[in-house]
Amino acid sequence: MSDTINVSYDTQIPNNVGLSSDRRVLKALEKWHPGYLDWWKGQGPDGFQESLVYLRTAVSVDPKGWAKFDYVRMPEYRWGILLAPQVEGRIIPCGEHYGEPAWQEVPGEYRSMLRRLVVIQGDTEPASVEQQRFLGKTAPSLYDMRNLFQVNVEEARHLWAMVYILQKYFGRDGREESAELLQRRSGSDEKPRMLGAFNEETPDWLSFFMFTYFTDRDGKMQLESLAQSGFDPLSRTCRFMLTEEAHHMFVGETGVGRTIQKTCERMREAGIDDPTDIGRVRDLGVIDLPTIQKKLNLHYTLSLDLFGSEVSTNAANAFNAGIKGRYRENKIDDDHRLRDATYPVSEFTDGKIVVKEVPALTAINMRLRDDYSRDALGGVKRWNAIIKKHGFDFELTLPHEGFHRQIGTYTGAPITPEGEVITPEEWAARRDEWLPSKEDGDFIASLMKPCWEAGKYADWIAPPRVGIDNKPGDFEYVQLHMA
Amino acid sequence: MNKPLKQHLIDPEICIRCHACVEACPKEAITFNDDNVVVDVAICDGQMACIGPCPTGAIDNWRVVATPYSLEEQLEWMELPEQQEIAADQGEADSEALDDAIAALLAEAHQGAGGVARAPASAAKPTVNLHGLENPLKARVQGNFRLTAAGSDNDVRHIILDLGPGHFPILEGQTIGIIPPGEDAQGRPHMPRLYSVSSPRDGERPSTNNLSLTVKRVQGGVCSNYVCDLGRGDEVLVTGPYGATFLLPDDPEARLVMICTGTGSAPFRAFTMRRQRVMPTVNGRMKLFFGARSPNSLPYFGPLGKVPQEFLEKHFAFSRVDGAEKTYVQDRLRQDGEALAAMLGDARTHIYLCGLKAMERGVEEAFNDIARASGLNWAEIRDRMREEGRYHVETY
Repeated sequence: MSDTINVSYDTQIPNNVGLSSDRRVLKALEKWHPGYLDWWKGQGPDGFQESLVYLRTAVSVDPKGWAKFDYVRMPEYRWGILLAPQVEGRIIPCGEHYGEPAWQEVPGEYRSMLRRLVVIQGDTEPASVEQQRFLGKTAPSLYDMRNLFQVNVEEARHLWAMVYILQKYFGRDGREESAELLQRRSGSDEKPRMLGAFNEETPDWLSFFMFTYFTDRDGKMQLESLAQSGFDPLSRTCRFMLTEEAHHMFVGETGVGRTIQKTCERMREAGIDDPTDIGRVRDLGVIDLPTIQKKLNLHYTLSLDLFGSEVSTNAANAFNAGIKGRYRENKIDDDHRLRDATYPVSEFTDGKIVVKEVPALTAINMRLRDDYSRDALGGVKRWNAIIKKHGFDFELTLPHEGFHRQIGTYTGAPITPEGEVITPEEWAARRDEWLPSKEDGDFIASLMKPCWEAGKYADWIAPPRVGIDNKPGDFEYVQLHMA
Repeated sequence: MNKPLKQHLIDPEICIRCHACVEACPKEAITFNDDNVVVDVAICDGQMACIGPCPTGAIDNWRVVATPYSLEEQLEWMELPEQQEIAADQGEADSEALDDAIAALLAEAHQGAGGVARAPASAAKPTVNLHGLENPLKARVQGNFRLTAAGSDNDVRHIILDLGPGHFPILEGQTIGIIPPGEDAQGRPHMPRLYSVSSPRDGERPSTNNLSLTVKRVQGGVCSNYVCDLGRGDEVLVTGPYGATFLLPDDPEARLVMICTGTGSAPFRAFTMRRQRVMPTVNGRMKLFFGARSPNSLPYFGPLGKVPQEFLEKHFAFSRVDGAEKTYVQDRLRQDGEALAAMLGDARTHIYLCGLKAMERGVEEAFNDIARASGLNWAEIRDRMREEGRYHVETY
């Protein structure tokens, strides 16, 4: 009997999928492994490969004890393949096959659609590692540095998760796609990553926190909908990935929150009542709230683009085929086929925003994006609570869905964060009011000085309220090894 | 009057609403709205399946309450309420220590068992929390001996505390607190640091009202340096006893597998001495797996050598001996795999793990492999043993 809860270590690749008795896939993965390690050493965190990092490693899919913390050199991290346990009698949760037993093999008719979904998801995982590879050098604390590396090794494990699906179920195509995943590079001109937001730079730590809050949350929603796939191995893979993904949201939400906290504390100490007095606030060596709003605007809108066009036949096909569901599909109370349902979608035509009811089947992306926006609002409320607690009259907001968009009905539309349609000239002239300017970037960059003494934090960010793994405040989360 | 109860709550300021706990709870006791995730006190049975998946630690909060907070209240919270004053006449029977901070430390130490810890069925009933922060017991140092070789950079001490006329009933496997003098960086008095006793219940020698500790000097450690530097006659403030699960079965039929590193050997010294005193002729029922860098740095290496192998089967693992291959406790476990596999199927077997957190993974992996080789499922065995009070982890 194979043990599907605990990880076995009888092959080089820790797994709970019985890899040792699956010679073909084991061989394919062993062949892929050296290239992966080369990629990690070349594109992973720059300058810290020898440091000992206090990381959690997934050792089981049993939620009671799924991870263990220990000091690890990142190249020796035990990237493994973990699938959530198979649910007895699971059915295809949506689309025209609704109610039939979930597929344990790739359904031939949907093979290429499924492959493309897996490849796109897989492509985002290494991309974010590449985007963040230089951040360690300006880490505001060892605590934050550890969190960055934790996010990095887990995104890399998510690459493994997708590569396993490709190698196991897609034969030769899968092997080729797996190789390609190691060849594309974030921001490259010749071979860029597949999605726009994953080719943007992550120049500073506030961007990193915004990225993990907003962009990883897109990842969460995509994983949530793939966890609702009728193709059971994909569903099980994604369900376990979500367990890890939660930490990434945490890094983002608390990172932004701690930045705001420090700004508010310093303003209070200095007797500043007006948070928009940017010059005075910046003189304190903290990031002013209006600039934080601009960063938020940028990352939120880039992330909205990741959901694709509001009305999409691809998304409708994937839903109909039962290979990608809606957020919490199994908890939704409807026919799960969307035969007659409609869904409201905004459209930008003739310079006006109009809301139309469209067939819900074609509005799958839009619905997921709405779920995302609701989910994203939660953290913004918490951030505002910090500002309010310090007695400042300032509120962070999510900008209008039409602001600063490159994909979908609003592409290039001159719409303000409040949702007002203006002329393209005015929009261009006012751009720097809403989005980070070069000067804003330079200022933030000037604060990015490393602070690597255990228990100490850079001056622009507050310490966390609790340590990772309940460790005390002065815990040495990374034992640096400087060659 | 309602008996005060320990209510499981989620800290809304730290929680990020990832809902990992919602998915993890087999009882579906956790619900949420757009703002907060909350635990229904009427459904939660404290099995803690939700603790592991939480990425933030927000899930790990408890308040002793006379009237539990309702779901509606919790959904509205922006922050956790303070602990209210509760008439502390009696805690729950299974609470290890009423004091929150100590309870949290013990819960963390026992986490590696993968679920709620339980005492062995035949263990003596422990006394807990006799002496709190307000009324610590004054003990006197009776002796302070270095256990590791003088040349070893690992300074481990055997400290004997005379409890004088004080009433301090303690069982093997229990823990005491020591309050170091002075204040912390915030100007507050130091919290007690926890140490396992290494002597049996009736003292270093039968019928002496004393106990011993095994303490390693940690560079920069406030309490360990204080304790390691104590001289004969010095007064020490002691709290406790603490711990109600990591205990020795009284049943002579019980088979013990004890796995430790460094000062994790303390409870096992106590276990061994207890059994030597009350059942000296019971052979072949105790195994000790003990890891250290070298014989020089292994506490009690000398005395352990004098315990007959038939009484206590010893397996030492040394990771830093020149010219020898690095060996860890998990390697010794694997070598003894056949015998251990047979013990896993025996309902009389008790497994104890004590030492650094870092050893947990290796030991888990070893048991996983040992079990698999015999067609057994370690996770199932471990969970069953834990529920029956036969699997115990105390790591830090």
